[in-house]
Amino acid sequence: MRRRRIAVWLGAAVLAGVAGFGIAAWRSAIAPGGPAADEVAAEPVRRGAVLAALGYCASCHTAEGGRPYAGGRGVATPFGTIYSTNITPDPETGLGRYTLAAFARAMREGVDREGRHLYPAFPYTHYAGLTDDDIAALYAFTMTREPVRQAATPNALPAPLSWRPLIAGWKLLFAQAPAIPADPRRSPDWNRGAYLAEALSHCGACHSPRNLLGAEIRSKAYAGGEADGWWVPPLDRSSPSPLAWSEADLARYLAEWDPQHGGAAGPMRPVVDAHRTVPAGEIRAIAAYVATLYGPGAAGSRTGPVDRAVSGDDPALARGAATYAGACATCHESGGGAAGGVPYTTPSLGHRTTLRAPDPRNLILVLRDGIAPRDHVPGPIMPAYGTMLTPSQTTDLAAYLRARFSPDGPWPDLDGTVRRLMGGTTRSGARAEATR
Amino acid sequence: MPTLTVNGRARTVAAEPDTPLLYVLRDELGLNGAKFGCGLGQCGACTVEVEGRAVLSCLTPIGVLEGRPVTTVEGLGSPEAPGPLQAAFIAENAAQCGYCIAGMVMRAHALLRENPHPGEDEIRAALRLNLCRCGTHMRILAAVRRAAGRPSPAAGGGS
Repeated sequence: MRRRRIAVWLGAAVLAGVAGFGIAAWRSAIAPGGPAADEVAAEPVRRGAVLAALGYCASCHTAEGGRPYAGGRGVATPFGTIYSTNITPDPETGLGRYTLAAFARAMREGVDREGRHLYPAFPYTHYAGLTDDDIAALYAFTMTREPVRQAATPNALPAPLSWRPLIAGWKLLFAQAPAIPADPRRSPDWNRGAYLAEALSHCGACHSPRNLLGAEIRSKAYAGGEADGWWVPPLDRSSPSPLAWSEADLARYLAEWDPQHGGAAGPMRPVVDAHRTVPAGEIRAIAAYVATLYGPGAAGSRTGPVDRAVSGDDPALARGAATYAGACATCHESGGGAAGGVPYTTPSLGHRTTLRAPDPRNLILVLRDGIAPRDHVPGPIMPAYGTMLTPSQTTDLAAYLRARFSPDGPWPDLDGTVRRLMGGTTRSGARAEATR
Repeated sequence: MPTLTVNGRARTVAAEPDTPLLYVLRDELGLNGAKFGCGLGQCGACTVEVEGRAVLSCLTPIGVLEGRPVTTVEGLGSPEAPGPLQAAFIAENAAQCGYCIAGMVMRAHALLRENPHPGEDEIRAALRLNLCRCGTHMRILAAVRRAAGRPSPAAGGGS
């Protein structure tokens, strides 16, 4: 009897919980509409173009080789692959029926016009900090793009994560507007940079670690993270960079390339590419802010570039040294681009944070795929070594580079990481040979 | 002394393991098809195949080639009996000064091995990093299309 009463109460509590959650998760649709003429005037569109570049909207919302902003790019997360949506103003498949109010709600609260919760791969936890003016400018820019009819690719998420009302629970736990530091004693540049970095450019989305539910750990902001399988360096004092990052270094790096630190690769490359259309003042502002994240005294704690003699007694390191001499040294021992060496190289690889990273992923990925040149603009280029070097030759080369250019000791599980990233020992060339 | 397998023949060479393959091909083995263009892996004139895949021989130290077959443009045919891809380059008059052509042929050869019927985008993507200073890229593309058994895109269709 008593047990049955408990069961009834429990059942009622569960029902109430489900109903309560349902009410909390339910968001209404916003009536379809479109922009008023003054909402898409030339001035906000122009401002919005710069803001969209600084929010890197295109880098997620454009598929490889696809139409700009038409979506379809897969973002790999630990939970599954989430595909970016079409944010062109196509009425059927894009944002064509969004009013400014619907756009603002999507940007700040992660809820689409129809009332569905959006996955936090879309960084609305950062965009929540955007001003009304900037949201309006981004709306003006978005609604004046070329409409493209392209339906969204369904996400590849397992149940129950595919059930969107769950996102409401995630939001209750983790969604809070970003803390945007404002300090009147600091320069206007710094304050502007704090706003851009925290709200619009969402630097922390990649440069901070995430918890098991995929939320940025605010107490460890800028302690480093992951993106697209790349190690993302910390921007706080735990950065392993051999050199301090000054405001001027960061401004050069973010605009194109810095002669001491080098240039961006991997998922940071589209960020730097997007800055091409951004006024220098905005880049300087972000640099002013980020330079202070490293913390006071961080400059003095840096070791400076390392370049140590590597003993030839170890046959693996000797093989790595021969590969380096034949494959890398022509460019990377040319003295550095700033001193008349091969353009876009640093004075030595000892300047690169990549070789000071806690794991070898970034080095292996850049060796495997190289750095593809951009059309019509000068910039770095590096051949892909994935076809030239076998996995074990890559391991030898990476071990040599680490021994020579870092004081930190060998990377753990270097060979395993190489084999995972270079596809084991089966080479596509060998396959082609076999099927001839 | 390192042993290389070039165009199906085992060759023992005197060069050190850190010597780029291009120098060994040209200076020791007398195979002058692959060219020195930039020496920095940026122009593609030195392209050859290793295990059927295109590599830049100016940046490939011979120490990494132990037991891995190398194919150069000389391995595809001779002036008297050109291979099918070489014949396509000749038929399309793809060479002007010809300096880039061995690299172009080898890059295209590696593509056709992996993908005998590439689409236009795949051909362009594969050849993207090989430069021709004469500007005969359109004829080079036509030669690769011919070898791949693909019709040319309709004239006047834009790019």
